[in-house]
Amino acid sequence: MSEALERTALYSWHQAHGARMSPFAGWEMPLHYGSQLREHEAVRQAAGLFDVSHMRPLDLQGPAARSLLRRALANDIARLDAEPGRALYTCMLQEDGGILDDLIVYFLGGDRYRIVLNAAGARADASYLQDLAEEEGGVEFLRRDDWGILACQGPKAVAWAAEALALPELAALKPFRSVAPRADLFIARTGYTGEDGIEILARHGHLAAIADALLARGVVPSGLAARDSLRLEAGLNLYGQDMTTTDSPDRSHLGWTVDLRDPKRDFIGRSAIESERVQGPAQRLWGLLLPRDAIPRHGYELLSAAGETIGTVTSGSFAPSLGLGIALARLRADVGPDSAVFLQVRQRKVPARIVEPPFWRHGQAVYPAEESLPQ
Amino acid sequence: MSQVPAQLRYSTTHEWVAQLVPGRYRVGITDHAQELLGDVVFVELPQTGQAVQAEAACGVIESVKAASDLYSPLSGEVVASNAELTDNPQWLNEDPYDKGWIFEIQADEKDFAQLLDAAAYQNSIGE
Repeated sequence: MSEALERTALYSWHQAHGARMSPFAGWEMPLHYGSQLREHEAVRQAAGLFDVSHMRPLDLQGPAARSLLRRALANDIARLDAEPGRALYTCMLQEDGGILDDLIVYFLGGDRYRIVLNAAGARADASYLQDLAEEEGGVEFLRRDDWGILACQGPKAVAWAAEALALPELAALKPFRSVAPRADLFIARTGYTGEDGIEILARHGHLAAIADALLARGVVPSGLAARDSLRLEAGLNLYGQDMTTTDSPDRSHLGWTVDLRDPKRDFIGRSAIESERVQGPAQRLWGLLLPRDAIPRHGYELLSAAGETIGTVTSGSFAPSLGLGIALARLRADVGPDSAVFLQVRQRKVPARIVEPPFWRHGQAVYPAEESLPQ
Repeated sequence: MSQVPAQLRYSTTHEWVAQLVPGRYRVGITDHAQELLGDVVFVELPQTGQAVQAEAACGVIESVKAASDLYSPLSGEVVASNAELTDNPQWLNEDPYDKGWIFEIQADEKDFAQLLDAAAYQNSIGE
């Protein structure tokens, strides 16, 4: 990759706060500001601040915007009709059911929607949607390249942000709802850490002042490394790793995001999903628990008692909040929580426990440590 | 800017080596190495009595993020390892040159003399 890395509007702010920067999906992003563990802990105990400006907002407006998104997205944005400001998590599929990307879509009222795209796919997704729209017409696209995104996450995040931004109404904002206090500020009660929190979209020129005000309340600057261990504990997939164009939602523990209720809604990938549901998916995504001396990593193999390969780790890490190794792993469909499986860790085969993700929810471990590991 | 103590010798794979007595050496990873690894959560130590080769893997260091091989800077026999790291892997981050030492090796003095000095190591990491 010879292409220069993009920098967010907060690049010099990160440097001034001691960030170690690292390339991620074409962007130069803060990996950590000294200790991933300390930042992870800050988000679980109080609040952390992440610059996620590598994720790109794209606004859609016009009489055909709703029908375009009902066709392009596997979840049904008709669920948002009654409540402007509401958000929905969804996959965007290929005709064969493979996942093109995952995203959050916000209904802004009237015929206006805002979607937030992953860094890696943002450009391709935008032109894909524009091509789809051209078939029908009636949708205007507006890339918000002059906006950045900050995520403030943790049990104290909302209270501290309400003070820092002088917006007491944030306390009453419900999960997966958004509010636009000003034309150049958009705040949603969403996140990617398994904690309460908000995501703040604002113009580049305002981001540093917002970040400073949050830090003054006690929010800890946090990098992509902590974001990754937090999201994995929360059982949240990472696009490109836990799901790709070769995996359907049902193979990715995301079947719940596919809305088949309206039989007339012919969204892209629908027929592939319906036939997969008749036969059942060939593989499924599960969680794994392992002792801390056998930390699973992306690409490690899972073996049956007989030594047969039955799956692969898609994301793996030490879980700081649990003191264990955890993973998401794609396993053969006949394998499940009662199966004996072994993780190949270098020269050893270590018994793993298969569980339903997440590993961490509502401020506590889902699987208590004393009963977490196979005997 | 990471610390590179002047009295130690270094390998290009980011281990430091201290001479305890001629022929016996203590090994750890450099401050620069621990910064690159991030928070260390598990160390698989080389075993006492194990024969190791210079520049060959002899253990594993796991950070939250990734597993990395630990290389031996010298050929020889492992004569001790720091068992306290099993319960305190964070010492590799907090005190890489003292409490975070990893193992001791019986090796040839001539090989030790070939290792990088502090200035050469500092140069090799671009600092």
